Amino acid sequence: MLELRQVSKIIGAETHIDGVSLTLHPGTLNVLLGPTLSGKTTLMRLMAGLEQPTEGTVHVGGEDVTGRAVRKRNVAMVYQQFINYPTLSVYENIASPLRVARVGAAEIDRRVREAADLLKLAPYLERTPLQLSGGQQQRTALARALVKGADLVLLDEPLANLDYKLREELRAELPRIFSQSGAIFVYATTEPSEALLLGGNTATLHQGRLTQFGPTIDVYRDPADLVTARTFSDPPLNTIAAGKTGARLMIGAENMEIRLPGDAASLPDGDYTAAFHPHHLVLKSPGRGALKLSGTVAVTEITGSESFVHVDVHGARWVSLVHGVHAFPLGATIDVYVDPQRFMLFAADGSLARPAQRIAA
Amino acid sequence: MKRAGFLVPFLYIVFLMLPIYWLLNMSFKTTNEILGGFSMWPADFTFDNYAKIFTDPTWYNGYINSITYVAINTVLSVAVALPAAYAFSRYRFLGDKHLFFWLLTNRMAPPAVFALPFLQLYSAIGLFDTHLAVALAHCLFNIPLAVWILEGFMSGVPREIDETAYLDGYSFPRFFVKIFMPLIASGIGVTAFFCFMFSWVEMLLAKTLTSVAAKPIVATMTRTASTSGYELGLLAAAGVLTIIPGAIVIWFVRNYIAKGFALGRV
Repeated sequence: MLELRQVSKIIGAETHIDGVSLTLHPGTLNVLLGPTLSGKTTLMRLMAGLEQPTEGTVHVGGEDVTGRAVRKRNVAMVYQQFINYPTLSVYENIASPLRVARVGAAEIDRRVREAADLLKLAPYLERTPLQLSGGQQQRTALARALVKGADLVLLDEPLANLDYKLREELRAELPRIFSQSGAIFVYATTEPSEALLLGGNTATLHQGRLTQFGPTIDVYRDPADLVTARTFSDPPLNTIAAGKTGARLMIGAENMEIRLPGDAASLPDGDYTAAFHPHHLVLKSPGRGALKLSGTVAVTEITGSESFVHVDVHGARWVSLVHGVHAFPLGATIDVYVDPQRFMLFAADGSLARPAQRIAA
Repeated sequence: MKRAGFLVPFLYIVFLMLPIYWLLNMSFKTTNEILGGFSMWPADFTFDNYAKIFTDPTWYNGYINSITYVAINTVLSVAVALPAAYAFSRYRFLGDKHLFFWLLTNRMAPPAVFALPFLQLYSAIGLFDTHLAVALAHCLFNIPLAVWILEGFMSGVPREIDETAYLDGYSFPRFFVKIFMPLIASGIGVTAFFCFMFSWVEMLLAKTLTSVAAKPIVATMTRTASTSGYELGLLAAAGVLTIIPGAIVIWFVRNYIAKGFALGRV
């Protein structure tokens, strides 16, 4: 069990990590999700012991290990850049932690070949890392982390530098590869979709603070605050200022009035931020109760199976994520629909006041 | 046009090689022939000049002395510069940038400035006329250079490799010798070459700090000219033999030499 207790890291005048407390259990997959510079890498380095916290303590299995040398901890780490020992063969690269631990030659051979088979490196063992493709280099780094049998495996955006196809392939394999190890598995990423694909638990980071930690699906569906919801939305979350009086909600610059569903009427009156995911903003009326708004098309991005239509609605820039190809001329006026049931309402302090309601399809 | 394009580098190389050819030419002539007139190649071809150098101890000891202090200096400079360069490359400490620049300023004074203090100091502590005296004196300008070159090569190695080694369980000394040094092997080779070269060609300090026991070849060459008349053939042969060690060393580092001149920062 890895436990961070009120850990902070301050370098000069900059706070990189701000009072993070987090408990991770063996055999779990934990995703650190946050934009660049949110502190994911620093938090991982603190977990590994590569950096010392300015404040707070790190505990492993109840024992305080703050300040203990990295090599005395049982930790493995894989970086975004493909880091291997260029002068050693792939075989020796994988065997490296076992050689240092003075494991017997026969045992090393067995474990290296097992890891190489699992990561499809068997034909390349005699080559040096620089003779391999990027994907194979990263597999070598992963194999070295795997073979060590570490209690804590840290993966810092390990797939970010790989091309799309290799990324898909390795991402699908990763949880399977590490699932038997029983290690605490930490995976940093900037992409919400990657967190959802990996499953497990997710910790969202924003400007060095841990905003939420829990099962990935729960964090996605019921973000604790607006910052977490924004972190966990790609394309960006659609938001609009809203004022509530009784059962009525006035949204946008033009104070368009909508009726709130019964359960939300009991919330205290005041200012809120209404937010919903881009795939809930649709171009065809989804049925009764949907809100119809007209907006101006700003940009349309088409990926093939999906289109991202950016529209300006009531002074806010929203994105509609819809299936298929939808091309609109710039500045065209179109109608967009959203079901107010989908609204998450965030109070003025950013905390979640009312989660989005799930609607049976 | 095409022929002219070929001619330019050809003429340039001929121009560069001319003095070396002339030295080689002279080394196979007798002194009388050299003084007698102009000839493109030796009329009276002789190995006597070389034979004399390889048999006369006052001559070949000069080479042995030079090679001894150059070797000591090279080993010393690289051994001291390795940890220093690692510190400059990997750690931030108070005044690190100033200290790093100050190292290079040691190269900006002519060695003559240091000849007198070294002579006085070494005489006082009994180091005068030893190989170590010259080797240590040459460290003055070779260590700063070695630190600069090695730092450049080391900074080209991602810090994450160090960290991965620590995570794998390596201790610092073991990591440094088993992982890090092989990674910058070409840098170490280039650094050794530069230390060798500057120590090999430096004459003033080497001459000042020695008299008999550790007399370098460059000193032997200048002194012989005055004691036994003008033995030009002999001097030419000595010159040729002085070029050879440098040529051998440069062969080993030929692929990395440009990076060395850029202080490892390419």
